[in-house]
Amino acid sequence: MENAVELRDIVKRFGSFTAVHRMSLDIEQGSFLTLLGPSGCGKTTTLRMIAGLIDTTEGDISIKGKRVNNLPIHKRNLGIVFQNYALFPHKTINENVAFGLKYRGVVGEEAERRVRDALELVQLPQMGDRYPRQLSGGQQQRIALARAIVIEPDVLLLDEPLSALDANLREDMRVELKRIQDKLGITTVFVTHDQGEALAMSDKIVVMRGGKIEQVGEPQAVYDAPESEFVAEFLGSTNILGGRVSGRQGEGVTVDATPFEGVEVPADRAGQTNGATDIKLLLRAEKLLVEPGGSADGGGIAAPAVVETVDYQGQSVRYFLRVGDRRLQAINMVNGKPFAEGETVTARFDPRHCSLLPAQPGEAQA
Amino acid sequence: MRKPTGFTWITLWTIFVYLFMFLPIGVVVLLSFNASQFGSFPMTGFSLQWFGELATNDAIIRAFQTSALLGILTAIISTTIGVLASLAMVRYDFPGKTTISTLLIAPILVPEVVLAVALLLFLQLMNVPKSFPLLLMGHVIFTLPFVVLVVQARLIGVRRDYEEAAMSLGASPIQTFFRVTLPLIMPAVMAGALFAFTISFDDITGTLFWKPGGVETVPTQIFAMLRNSISPEINALGTVMIVLTVGLPLLGLAVMRQVSARQGAQAGAPA
Repeated sequence: MENAVELRDIVKRFGSFTAVHRMSLDIEQGSFLTLLGPSGCGKTTTLRMIAGLIDTTEGDISIKGKRVNNLPIHKRNLGIVFQNYALFPHKTINENVAFGLKYRGVVGEEAERRVRDALELVQLPQMGDRYPRQLSGGQQQRIALARAIVIEPDVLLLDEPLSALDANLREDMRVELKRIQDKLGITTVFVTHDQGEALAMSDKIVVMRGGKIEQVGEPQAVYDAPESEFVAEFLGSTNILGGRVSGRQGEGVTVDATPFEGVEVPADRAGQTNGATDIKLLLRAEKLLVEPGGSADGGGIAAPAVVETVDYQGQSVRYFLRVGDRRLQAINMVNGKPFAEGETVTARFDPRHCSLLPAQPGEAQA
Repeated sequence: MRKPTGFTWITLWTIFVYLFMFLPIGVVVLLSFNASQFGSFPMTGFSLQWFGELATNDAIIRAFQTSALLGILTAIISTTIGVLASLAMVRYDFPGKTTISTLLIAPILVPEVVLAVALLLFLQLMNVPKSFPLLLMGHVIFTLPFVVLVVQARLIGVRRDYEEAAMSLGASPIQTFFRVTLPLIMPAVMAGALFAFTISFDDITGTLFWKPGGVETVPTQIFAMLRNSISPEINALGTVMIVLTVGLPLLGLAVMRQVSARQGAQAGAPA
C-alpha cells in the first residue's frame, strides 16, 4: 500500500538537547498510527515536524511522495486537532469550520454545504450560530475535529486531543473519533501518552522513548510481545522476573525464574532470546490468576502466595502478592468477594502467556 | 456616638487626600461657567460665554487642530510600531531581546525633560531644524512604551494554538495575523491607541522643547496665555481638555469591555 507520510532519519535538536534522534517511519495511506510514549519522548515534537510547525534539524519528511521539508505549514494541506481545541473565540462555529475552506477557494453554497456535512458528521448540526465558549469541552473538541476534516486534508494530526476531557467523555470521544476516521479513511497520526487510547484506536502503534522508536507494531503484537522491558512496563502492568534457561525442547524454552521453576515458554514467545542463557520472564498482571489457597492441579505454573495489598477497582481488582521473596502484581476480574489482605492464596499462570527477553539488551547476539 | 477608631482616621485622611487632588480641577470646571470678567471667585452667575469665546478664538482653534492632528498621528504610528514590537517580543526569540525590550520601555523611566533636551541636542548636532514631523517623532517615542506594555500583556494571554490552527487550515502568517491575532488583541490595541492619543494631547514638557516656532498645541497655548493673565477662557479651555482626556479613555474602556465580554474568557485575557 502507498505511504501517506514518510520520515527518513529525521533529527530535531533544541540547542544541545536532541528531542528526536534519527527516526524513520512509514505511515500507510488511510491508516491510524499512534505515537505513544511518556512526556519528553519526542512524540509531540515528531508530530509538529510533520505538521511543519517546527523545522527538522536533519532528515526528510515526505507527504504523498512529495518532500515537504521547506514547505510552510499553510501549504501542507493538513488537519490538526489540538489538545486545547484552539477554536477561534471571536468566530461562530460555522465561521470556525468554514475558516480553512476560504483558502481552498470553496465559498458560498458549496462552503455552507460542506460545513453542514462536517457538523453532521460530528453530530452537532444545530450549533452553527453559537460561539465556542457556549459549548462544552467535548463539543468544542468535536467542532475542532470538524474544522480539521472539512478541508479534506492529506493527513489528520491529533495532538493529545482527548487529554483535556474528563474520563467518561474521553471514552465516548475515543469511539467517536475512530468511527469518523474509519468512515473517511483519512490517514491519521495520533499522539498520546495513554496506552488505553493507543491500544483501542490504532492500526499501528509506535512506542517512543528518549527521542527514539522503541517498538512499532499492531496493538496486539506490541502488547503481547513487547521487545523491551520499557514497552512491557509502559503498556499495561507487567511482572518482570530475572531467570535462567534450564532447557530447550525444539523451539520452546524451559526457564527457571524465581519463584517459578520449569516454565515452558513456547517458541513464538521466546524468539527474542536467541540462545541467551540469562533471560527475563515477562508476565502480564492480568495473566496471573489468584485462586483460593491450596487449590492444586489447575494446570500451568502455580505457587503459594500471600495477599499483601488489595486495590479494588469495581469490575477488577489489583493484588500485590508476596510469592517467596518476590512481590508480584495480579489484576483479576472480581467473581464474588475479592481476597482479603493477609489471605493465603495460590498464584497461577499459563506459561503460554509469558514472553522472554534477554537479560541485557545486546546479550542475545553474544 | 461611637469612639472614632483608627479606621475612621484613615477614611478621613483618604477623603482629605482626594479633595486635595481633585478640588483644584473642580474649581477650574466650576469657574469656567462663571459670568464674571475675571477668572476667579466670587461667582457672579452661570454663563457659557467663555466657551463661546473659545470657539471664536483663532489661536485656540489652531492649537486644537494641531493637538488633534498630532494626537491622532501619534496614536496611529505608535500603535502600529507598538503592535509589531510586541509581536516580536512575545512570539519570537532573537539575540538581544531583553536589551531591546528594556530600551523600548526606557522612555517611561527617563525623566521627560531629560529625554526632551537629549532629543533636541541630538537634532541640533545633526543639523536638523525643528519641524512638525520631528515633534510627532518625539511624541511617538514616549507613547510607545505604553502601547507595548498594554499589547504585550494581552498577546501573552493569546495562546499560540490559535495561530497554529489558522495556519494549518491554510492561512499564511499575514492572513493569520489579520484574521485571528489582531481581532483577539484588539481591545489592547484600542487601549494602547487611546493611551497614546491622550498622552500626546496632554503633553507639554517635550512639546515645549520640540515644537517649531509658530506652532502651538493646546497645552502650550494655555501655557502662553497664562503668562499674560488668568483669563476665564483658560478655565473653559481647561474644562474642554478634562472632558477630552478623561472622557475619551473612559469611553474607550467601556467599548472594550463590551468587546471582551462578547469574545468571552476564551481569549485568555481578563475581561
